[in-house]
Amino acid sequence: MIFFQLFYTFFQIGLFGFGGGYGMLSLIQGEVVHHWSWMSTSEFTDIVAISQMTPGPIGINSATYCGYTAVHNAGYGEAMSVMGSCVATFALVLPSLILMILISKLFIKYMKTPVVQAIFTGLRPAVVGLLAAATLLLCTKENFSAPSENAWQFWVSVFLFVATFIGTLVFKINPIKMIIMSGFAGLLLLY
Amino acid sequence: MNIYWQSFRTFFKIGMFTLGGGYAMIPIIEAEVVDKHKWVSKEVFLDLIAIAQSCPGVFAINISTFIGYKLRKTPGAIACALGTALPSFIIILLIAMFFHRFQDNPVVASIFRGIRPAVVALIAVPTFRLAQSAKITWSNCWIPIACALAIWMFGVSPILIILIAGLCGWVYGAVIKPTE
Repeated sequence: MIFFQLFYTFFQIGLFGFGGGYGMLSLIQGEVVHHWSWMSTSEFTDIVAISQMTPGPIGINSATYCGYTAVHNAGYGEAMSVMGSCVATFALVLPSLILMILISKLFIKYMKTPVVQAIFTGLRPAVVGLLAAATLLLCTKENFSAPSENAWQFWVSVFLFVATFIGTLVFKINPIKMIIMSGFAGLLLLY
Repeated sequence: MNIYWQSFRTFFKIGMFTLGGGYAMIPIIEAEVVDKHKWVSKEVFLDLIAIAQSCPGVFAINISTFIGYKLRKTPGAIACALGTALPSFIIILLIAMFFHRFQDNPVVASIFRGIRPAVVALIAVPTFRLAQSAKITWSNCWIPIACALAIWMFGVSPILIILIAGLCGWVYGAVIKPTE
């Protein structure tokens, strides 16, 4: 039953999604693309792009969209797909809600104990690894094409990757601006 | 005005007008919650950011839940979390319902062929930013590299990596650190 699977999956993602929206993306990708095969890598990349361009937290945006796409791809109609996005979003938010209420009620004094601090010390480098894995897993033929398949599209893709990377990391260009410019480049060069 | 309605509206506004995800929301939440409505003090807000950052889940939801709970316990927490999530939910739903009709349009397809490599780069950038704030150096860079390779090459679940990393941190703090 896809709705139970969606709930279970996104509850898990909400519970283990450390490191903000981007850290969560590698979890979402692992589950919806690789584990359940609800969508292709390029569909997932499109969802990430749209989640970045629209207002609101990236985690919520992508959960809503993934819930819709997963049910839609399973062959259900519009209403069921809307239910899918409700379930995914609710399941993602629920652990935060429970956890933060518990913390504000009881555990605020435990947050600074050596044990909790030690656990976070272990988590931090791993979350960096999670993000790196998300990047590597998205470097596919679906997103970049391949030199043997379509050399022109491949090199344009590599150029757009490098330009966006340097643009945001070094020149601090707004990511949304980079997405819009890349979309324009795609229209001009890859139509 | 009813405090539930007021806090819901405030977070709805924050959710609706912040582009770029959780961290871009901090200054806007601060302006509304600390300066305008005075629901929490500046000091409490800073502690709150630290706690919300170390907890799992969506950062903006964590913060709004916390503030809602401070205002009116659990119902307040639910009102604020709902306010934060709802604008995203509605906007994305509308896009999702219409986008799959245009997906196969050649113009839209070519635009997304250009966008996809850029998105991969946008996920690569925070990897390096996060590495700096997590104090990754030459001596401990094997940890993120090993985690990334385990997921990428061997298909290990990221959730398993999180669990193991937390456990290792705990063992390190309990066993190894006291002897150093």
